[in-house]
Amino acid sequence: MTRQAGRRAWRTPSPLPGFSLSLGFTVAYLSLFVLIPLTALAIRPWENGFDNVIAAVASPRAQAALRLSFIAAAVAAAVNAIMGGLLAWVLTRYDFPGKRLADAVIDLPFALPTAVAGIALTALYAQNGPIGGLLAPLGVKIAYTPVGVVVAMIFVGLPFVVRSIQPVLQDLDQEVEAAAETLGASPFQRATRVILPAVLPALLSGVGLAFARGVGEYGSVIFIAGNMPLRSEIAPLLIVTQLEQFDYAGAATIGMAMLILSFLILLGFNGLQGLIARRGA
Amino acid sequence: MTAETLRLSAARPRNLSLGRGLLIGLALLWLTLIVLAPLSVILVEALRKGLGAAVASLSQPDVWAAARLTLLTTAIATPLNAVFGLAAAWCVTRFDFIGKTLLMALIDLPLSVSPVISGLVWVLLFGASGWFAPWLNAAGLQIMFTPVAIVLATILVTLPYVARELIPLMQQQGSDEELAALTLGARPSAIFLFITLPNVRWALLYGVLLANARAMGEFGAVSVVSGHIRGLTNTLPLHVEILYNEYDFVGAFATAALLAVLALLTLVLKSFLEHRHADDLAARGRR
Repeated sequence: MTRQAGRRAWRTPSPLPGFSLSLGFTVAYLSLFVLIPLTALAIRPWENGFDNVIAAVASPRAQAALRLSFIAAAVAAAVNAIMGGLLAWVLTRYDFPGKRLADAVIDLPFALPTAVAGIALTALYAQNGPIGGLLAPLGVKIAYTPVGVVVAMIFVGLPFVVRSIQPVLQDLDQEVEAAAETLGASPFQRATRVILPAVLPALLSGVGLAFARGVGEYGSVIFIAGNMPLRSEIAPLLIVTQLEQFDYAGAATIGMAMLILSFLILLGFNGLQGLIARRGA
Repeated sequence: MTAETLRLSAARPRNLSLGRGLLIGLALLWLTLIVLAPLSVILVEALRKGLGAAVASLSQPDVWAAARLTLLTTAIATPLNAVFGLAAAWCVTRFDFIGKTLLMALIDLPLSVSPVISGLVWVLLFGASGWFAPWLNAAGLQIMFTPVAIVLATILVTLPYVARELIPLMQQQGSDEELAALTLGARPSAIFLFITLPNVRWALLYGVLLANARAMGEFGAVSVVSGHIRGLTNTLPLHVEILYNEYDFVGAFATAALLAVLALLTLVLKSFLEHRHADDLAARGRR
């Protein structure tokens, strides 16, 4: 009797079979492939002492790498918010030839291996490439600069933003827009006062996903970045470099710093989203 | 209707279609610059010295060894993650228990971790000075820089994909049909095989497709644990990097083109599933 009461305390009874089996398997699998490995990441940095952790994060090279990864990801996410928003709008509201193809192609950055995207973007935006060559006479250099890092992060983040907004735009009641129009709202007013508030929560969640993806991005960035320490070296590359020098604790420290920073930023972002959702309701 | 409104409604469509055309043009130009141009440059670079050179570089034994390892890794990681996805979705959507939210957050966690970190964690466990190194050395076992490490890293990176497609769908479907079968005396295995599995089959396929694409293309995590030993621990994406760094651009882009074709195939299957079985994929458009 007491045993049953004890069980009820942590789970609602259900007649369906397989609870212990499925939960046991899920927890074991997650422990093996997620929990134990990430615990190692959380513990390893401290084995050389607290001061070494601070020193590893505060070194100019680590600071520059972390700053580049986070700022480039933020810029790329902002560009994606605007251009991804435009793409989502055009794909849900307008009809034009090739629309289905354009819609399918949005997901290419998901499906294309990052290394493939990396060498393709480099070939395209290098100074002897088709697009880089057009920009070179104007004095604009993209490949092998921090701008190249941003371009690669825009590429990988695009689908997150478009796919987050699209369903909301599709479900948005067009009568509300029509009503605003009848009441004399200009297209700009309709966009900022009617449509934007409705899609803002979805837009923010898509931008958050694109940002998180950009911060951790490696494959598509390292080819186009140039990888100059202090200038165009991203944080994940610094981890790889330190691993190659068998500095496990140093690599784990940068990795942990990246995770904590992303976590805090996304937490703030979620707070903002919640605030907006509550105000809209 | 006054003359004023008549004039307005006559003028508006033309006005709108100009703005509309501009927006469509801008959006398509951006899509071309960011997505289509990189895709086409792969093909152009691969064929720069003719089709023969591209085919010749693809028939190198190193490419075949890399392709075999990529397929082997995917063939292990994807089914394991599919089984995990089914188990996780069953316990999360059919039962209520304390800690469920935490469990779901853990399932999503690999998505927000850098691929390099997903590789790094295995080095911290099994590398030369990893936690399990003394034990592995004593047993004479090597995990780092072997296909085993590549499989482990790939499993971690692709772990959430199937579960994330199944959980929202099974939540939406509810357990009424399974409860009815239970009342009629069906055995647990029969409930799973004849009710749950058929109900989620398209979402399962969709998740497997996404996990599969990611597993075949994974670079960062695999790069950290592989050791880049040609013919032994080199996957196709890693081989692209090796060839590129050796200035064998035709070889690198030909291998890249092979991977791009696989990616395009994934997209075709994906949009087929989205259009033909939209009702069976609750997760469509959610990311």
